[in-house]
Amino acid sequence: MPDAFVLLALLVATLRAATPLLLAGFGELVAERSGVLNLGVEGMMLVGAAAGFIATAATGQPLLGLLVAALAGMLMALLFGLLTLTLGANQVACGLALTIFGIGLSALIGLPWQGTPIAGLASVIWPGLDAAGPVAQQLMLLDPVLWLALLLPALVGAFLYRSRAGLILRAVGESHEAAHALGYGVLRVRYAAVLFGGAMAGLGGAYLSLVYTPMWTENMVAGRGWIALALVVFSAWKPGWLALGALFFGFVTIAQFQAGAFGLEVSPHLLSMLPYLATVVVLVLISRDETRRKLNAPAALGKPFTAAG
Amino acid sequence: MSPTPPRLALTGIVKRYGATLANDEVALSVAPGEIHALLGENGAGKSTLMKIVYGVVAPDAGEIAWDGRPVAIADPNAARRLGIGMVFQHFSLFETLTVAENIALGLGSTRPLEALAAEIRQVAARYGLAVDPGRHVHHLSVGERQRIEILRCLLQQPRLLILDEPTSVLTPQEVEGLFAMLRRLAAEGCSVLYISHKLEEIRALCSAATVLRAGRVAARCDPRAETAESLAEMMIGGRVVRTTRAARQPGPPCLVVDRLTLAPEEPFGTTLRDIALELRAGEILGIAGVAGNGQAELLAALAGERRSAAARIALDGRPVGHLGPAARRARGLAFIPEERLGRGAIADYSLAENALLTRLDARTAPRGLLDPGAVRALATRLIARFGVRAAGIAARGRSLSGGNMQKFIVGREIDAGPRVLLAAHPTWGVDIGAAVAIHQALLDLAAAGAGILVVSEDLDELLGLADRIAVLAGGRLSPPVPVAETGAEAIGLLMGSAPGDAQRMADAAAA
Repeated sequence: MPDAFVLLALLVATLRAATPLLLAGFGELVAERSGVLNLGVEGMMLVGAAAGFIATAATGQPLLGLLVAALAGMLMALLFGLLTLTLGANQVACGLALTIFGIGLSALIGLPWQGTPIAGLASVIWPGLDAAGPVAQQLMLLDPVLWLALLLPALVGAFLYRSRAGLILRAVGESHEAAHALGYGVLRVRYAAVLFGGAMAGLGGAYLSLVYTPMWTENMVAGRGWIALALVVFSAWKPGWLALGALFFGFVTIAQFQAGAFGLEVSPHLLSMLPYLATVVVLVLISRDETRRKLNAPAALGKPFTAAG
Repeated sequence: MSPTPPRLALTGIVKRYGATLANDEVALSVAPGEIHALLGENGAGKSTLMKIVYGVVAPDAGEIAWDGRPVAIADPNAARRLGIGMVFQHFSLFETLTVAENIALGLGSTRPLEALAAEIRQVAARYGLAVDPGRHVHHLSVGERQRIEILRCLLQQPRLLILDEPTSVLTPQEVEGLFAMLRRLAAEGCSVLYISHKLEEIRALCSAATVLRAGRVAARCDPRAETAESLAEMMIGGRVVRTTRAARQPGPPCLVVDRLTLAPEEPFGTTLRDIALELRAGEILGIAGVAGNGQAELLAALAGERRSAAARIALDGRPVGHLGPAARRARGLAFIPEERLGRGAIADYSLAENALLTRLDARTAPRGLLDPGAVRALATRLIARFGVRAAGIAARGRSLSGGNMQKFIVGREIDAGPRVLLAAHPTWGVDIGAAVAIHQALLDLAAAGAGILVVSEDLDELLGLADRIAVLAGGRLSPPVPVAETGAEAIGLLMGSAPGDAQRMADAAAA
């Protein structure tokens, strides 16, 4: 059944392409639901990708690399939190600065490691990978990080809508004055949400440098952080739509690779543009309903909070 | 001397914001089961004092005693642990959450929402407050939202309930229901601190009152033994001036709205349905109703911020529905919006620049260049003619008190000599003296032949100003009735008949 195998390979490839977006997107979704707009996703992903790669290359332990990547992302997010939450600086400006900082920092620390080969995550977890049959090989490509990314929509959805902590987080994003008046620690909640966003972005970046294309090249996140941000907004801050958007991006990315195989004579630069363009166009079309978007947008998004008195 | 200590006793409370003393050596004592009024004009320091009691703001000096023991209230959680509940003037509810979720947030407990919903229904029934725990807050009327705030407090078995201007958003019938509930609560031993500037309500409800003026305690009294007049004098520290009203002769229609139907722009907005009204020259038409029933949408449509089909709105017989605000102003329509700083004026602009916002014309800017002399003359004239207390025409908008800024905005519009004036909540949040001056200016303008449309939630204001009153409820406008033939009671019934309030009507029928 070659057709079934091709479909399986396509599916696995799509999921792998979507994983970084799912991770970064759901991290940003939680941050934005708490009322913080962090435009530094791309920068946090890059630093996570570089730090995770360096840790893996130095120790040979991709799991340690993933942990380091998440911590690196959190450090970036902590910097953002200090500026925007503690010091009340403008979130848009700080987020843009964080991305530019992340591009530069990741290029700097990654420079000596360019071209260094590492063992991919899958071959470390599954020592028998190379000897396995083609179908088993495909299934083994579904690594734990990918499963985490696939579970995130359900986990984040349950957290936001079923748990008390999620209710408080949504309340803080809806009206920080009211939440403060009720005695909730607005800044504490926002720090937690921003740090979670940083950890997820770092993990998403490391998935690119450790799993998806196991190597480090400068600026290798290639705008996926921005697409994750766009996904969050266009999905109207809904976990289900965000997951669909990320999977769609993954699908178009893979379909674009396959286009060459069908003998399509199009510039590869145009083709690599396609996932970004298609995702934005589709999301804009499904989010045309302005009322629905306004209803779901966290009302306090991007507004700095300072306790009065 | 009573053997039981007061539930709450404040002594020597001081709170300073920059150069202004919001509270200066304030003392206040509330006995168990007492309904105590805190009375004062806007800016007298009532809200600051209550924020101190609720732990939102820390005092610079002073002591708080609870049941005779000195306490420090560090944050709202500490206040709630003591048994203090607070119903805010601007509700602290979350629009996109359900009633039960909102209440769960306020309780700080971890019980499941289903159990909480049952408890909400039980307490609601006990105090005669009808609510559905599963509904989203943005579907609810303002009166229903207030009930949720109150319920949130009641579920914590409060021993002191603070209400900040609770009736400004209620119909007269709802006010009666609120009072009955508060009396029941007080009879059960809960103390109530009732903040208001509505004197008749305080006389009807409260057994003690503390009057604040400019941050200090101006008087303590038993409001039942006072008149509204004497309470007002304690509040403003002088005699209350009354408006004088010249006889007016209504002329031809100057503003006509014909079957205007308009969907809202905002997700929580109200659809205007089949609005028809006719405002005549020299007449004041009042639009009553609880906020959120289409007032903002109607004003936007009349002022030109929302456009409609040309023929739906006519100004002096000419269709203007398709025109924007500037074109309508050029045809003699002036508009006093409800937000003073933000829509009516700009906080960081000087008064001279603020005067220009709606008065940029051939006199102040001939050939497109500003004439500084003419601008100064205009601002100086407005300040003098309407008694605006300000440091001069260079004073920033934010440096003026609410009442003085409002006098300046009202003056700016009246001075333009409009054919039609739209006034939204013209005296909201201004002191009594400024309110009287603004009312007088409106009455004089009508006597001079202009048509005035006043939208207000304050029924007393409309009954005192208007010749006819119509009620806006659920986006529909009732036919106007002459003020001489109606009263607060009849208008209140119309106000409560909004479709969104069907629940309330059903409850009233069942009770």
